[in-house]
Amino acid sequence: MLIAPEISLVCLGLLVLVLDLVKTPRGRAWTAEPGETQGAWLGYISLFGLAAPSILVMVNAGRNDVSFAGMFVQDPLALFFKVAFLVAAALVILASIDYLPRLRVPAGEFYALLLWATAGLMLMVSSRELITVYVSLELATISLALLSGFHRSDAKSVESGLKYVLLSAIASATLLYGMAMFYGLTGTTHLEGIARGLSSGSPAALFGIVLLAAGFGFKIAAVPFHMWVPDVYEGAPTPITAFLSVASKAAGFALVVRVFTLGLGPMSATWPMVFAVLAVLTMTVGNIVAMRQDNIKRLLAYSSITQAGYAIAALAAATVASYASLSFFLFAYAFTNLGAFLVIMAFARQNGSDEISAYSGLARRSPVLSLALTLCLLSLAGIPPMVGFASKMYLFWTIFQAGWLWLVIIGLLNSAASIYYYLRVIRTMYLAEPIAGSQPVSLAPSTGIAMFVAVAGVLVIGVLPWPLMSFAQYAASSLAK
Amino acid sequence: MLSAIIFLPLIGAVVIALLPRDSVRGPKWVAALFSAASLVVSLVMFYQYNRAADGPQFVERYLWMPTLNIQYYLGVDGLNLPMVVLTTLLTFLAILGSWNPIKFRLKEYYALLLLLELGILGVFSSLDMLMFFLFWEVELIPMYLLISIWGPAPERREYAALKFVLYTVFGSALMLVGILTLYFNSTPHTFDMMVLRQSSLPAIVQTIAFIFLFVAFAIKLPVFPLHTWLPWAHVEAPTAVSVLLAGVLLKMGGYGMFRLCYSLLPDAAKQFAIVIAVLAVINILYGAIVSMVQDDLKKLVAFSSVSHMGYVLLGLAAMNHLSLSGAALQMFTHGTITGLMFLLVGGVYEKTHTRSIARMGGLAPMMPWLAIFWVMAGLASLGLPGMSGFVAEFLVFLGAYQAPGMAVYTVLGAAGIVVTAAYILWMLQRVFFGPVKSGMEHVQDAKGLDLVPLFVLMAVVLLVGIYPAILTDIIGPGVEPIINKIGPAMAVALR
Repeated sequence: MLIAPEISLVCLGLLVLVLDLVKTPRGRAWTAEPGETQGAWLGYISLFGLAAPSILVMVNAGRNDVSFAGMFVQDPLALFFKVAFLVAAALVILASIDYLPRLRVPAGEFYALLLWATAGLMLMVSSRELITVYVSLELATISLALLSGFHRSDAKSVESGLKYVLLSAIASATLLYGMAMFYGLTGTTHLEGIARGLSSGSPAALFGIVLLAAGFGFKIAAVPFHMWVPDVYEGAPTPITAFLSVASKAAGFALVVRVFTLGLGPMSATWPMVFAVLAVLTMTVGNIVAMRQDNIKRLLAYSSITQAGYAIAALAAATVASYASLSFFLFAYAFTNLGAFLVIMAFARQNGSDEISAYSGLARRSPVLSLALTLCLLSLAGIPPMVGFASKMYLFWTIFQAGWLWLVIIGLLNSAASIYYYLRVIRTMYLAEPIAGSQPVSLAPSTGIAMFVAVAGVLVIGVLPWPLMSFAQYAASSLAK
Repeated sequence: MLSAIIFLPLIGAVVIALLPRDSVRGPKWVAALFSAASLVVSLVMFYQYNRAADGPQFVERYLWMPTLNIQYYLGVDGLNLPMVVLTTLLTFLAILGSWNPIKFRLKEYYALLLLLELGILGVFSSLDMLMFFLFWEVELIPMYLLISIWGPAPERREYAALKFVLYTVFGSALMLVGILTLYFNSTPHTFDMMVLRQSSLPAIVQTIAFIFLFVAFAIKLPVFPLHTWLPWAHVEAPTAVSVLLAGVLLKMGGYGMFRLCYSLLPDAAKQFAIVIAVLAVINILYGAIVSMVQDDLKKLVAFSSVSHMGYVLLGLAAMNHLSLSGAALQMFTHGTITGLMFLLVGGVYEKTHTRSIARMGGLAPMMPWLAIFWVMAGLASLGLPGMSGFVAEFLVFLGAYQAPGMAVYTVLGAAGIVVTAAYILWMLQRVFFGPVKSGMEHVQDAKGLDLVPLFVLMAVVLLVGIYPAILTDIIGPGVEPIINKIGPAMAVALR
């Protein structure tokens, strides 16, 4: 059955929750000492439990079917992103195993929510019908909002959770309004039905597109719908930030691709320009503000806004090749960003600070860790042989091919300018004097494994990109009409 | 064989990374070993190169990204073979030159130096435009770290490194646009430089691509007014890094112009010939005049590099066989001469602890070896016959004078030689001859290992100066495809 992976994820989450309830002594979660590996066993259960949905996803690979009366599809695009989400979830769970004890939060609920968020994201990329889109979006958003505010004793975390809830509520309302527009115009919420019933150029449809762009723009952190990103990324527990920046964003993009290509095909003369403008705004604003950041999580938040800008440019190109490059870009971005956040997690676990100045002289104390962070940051800047170079190359190649020369020029200039703030962090690690009395950062085994996988992905896919590229092209083939 | 030359430094860098953290002799010996290996293989390749054959040799070709049609395509012909040899030679000598001066964080230094060599060798060997771009980006970060960590002046080196990176990276953005323009407007779409050399592109495409690519390479060459990063980067880098920066990195810009702007887009090049000639003359004269007023010895040599690269640009602008051969030869000869001069600056700085010409005086009796090499290098720089600089500059002037409409620029460029002679001789007189300045009485001479790179480079300068055919036999045929594409009317035989 096509929906088996998502169901297994939900059941896994329930299992973890119940196990935590049954096995953990009452009240234990809130009195655990930092450093105790409390809840680690739940993390390992979640991690190895991910094997079930992974196998089910692989079983369904190669199929191109719909079910639930056309509301749910399992096609190559959905397959690609589900694999990406599962990989991201696995790495984030690995990282959380070491990170959680410091926070003194109930581990079972954390892992359960994370698994449900993943299930919601997986449902999002398989939806072919507006209400399904909305429901899965809410599943993912609410889980992630709870996770952002999970660290109740930290004011920043609570603030981030609250901001996420409030702003996503407004975004969801906007999205619903847009969906209602299209329902009113065509009488159906199925994307294919909307495409059939839509005639281009009616003002209501245009209005609907703007509303949808706003609603989705929140999810993909497009300017000017990006205001939540820095505060939420900074305040949320770092594993959740990592997951948000990678998986939630990728799902948002996949959703936009699905809705706009499947449902709004007849209006394809209008929305590329909308995306092009959004792309330029996003890249430029993200870049400029990133240059002034002193907190590394906020820096990565603005950097992820900028990277989203490059991806939105691929949406503007609106060709099958550009969607393939977008998928490759998002998958590669997952490895890069997760690698960077993993280093930040390891560092914060020991030194408790997220300020860039706290990283002074890290290269002298922990050369391997700073090398890992450097490779990930350089990958974000687009320096070969890291994967960021190949993914940006692929992206701009397809955008150029689609004829958007000016967008390519602006994108490349922004990409060049972004090296400034990535170099700032690298500079602090390699050039600045170490803070007196600082120790080398100790790396817990599970974080170390996750970091190794992420950095290996960055280097290996950077040098040998064609397997992932063919996978991405296979994913985009489901969009060819 | 080319892949071996390019990737031996990478293996060396990995070996260095695996050495114990505080090892002092390990990184030096590993770096010297692997760069020497690269040098030996490149000299073998130089010896085995068939001067009579057409087309690139030692070709290695694999499809890297089938989707985007990017190949891993390496090959040497008359244009890049001298550059590859220059790179391996200068890197090995730079490592020898770093042996004594660099005293901290040795592992990172030598590893970064080897990674830098990898990037530069890749740029010179690539015959696929996107691989060219990829390797161009690789050299950025090692250079940034090398300048900002080991530069002699802590208060200025980070600014210099950042300026270098930002300038280069903006140039790269423009370069990529130019490369993509060429790709998508060629039939069939290809990044292959050799294929594009055979095809003819529409005039408007040529013009647009030429502008983007030329500006990108003009930042690197550098061409006035995009040169402002150079005095900073050259002066604030450690000696060995300055050697590589001036000796090889600047040539990446010139080589890029040869390989992309001129080989593939000759009609656009003809269009802009006068503009480029004017820029060349500005480079030559501005660089020379500014060198005259410098008090910092290193800055003087840096601006002299700007001036000498102007000769390359002049040769390119004239676009006939003689001038192009001269320009390509000038890239090699200037690399050796300026590499020598930066090593000498470093040598003097190590012993006198100053770079200020005003504070130095009458050093010749105390440091005879350095004085001898300085005088010979200075004479090579101003184009004394018998040294390699003369051959290259003479070819450029001879070719440029014969090109239609270029005579006046040639004369102005030749006037630059006079100014060059002025600042070189005046600097030599002030620093080495005359009364000994106070504080300079007890300086030591360079000895031992520090002298080896100086001897080697001087030998190369004299060799090419006395027997230039060793290089012109290779460069001449390398430049011919450009001439053939322009048309026989502008060709003048070399021999």
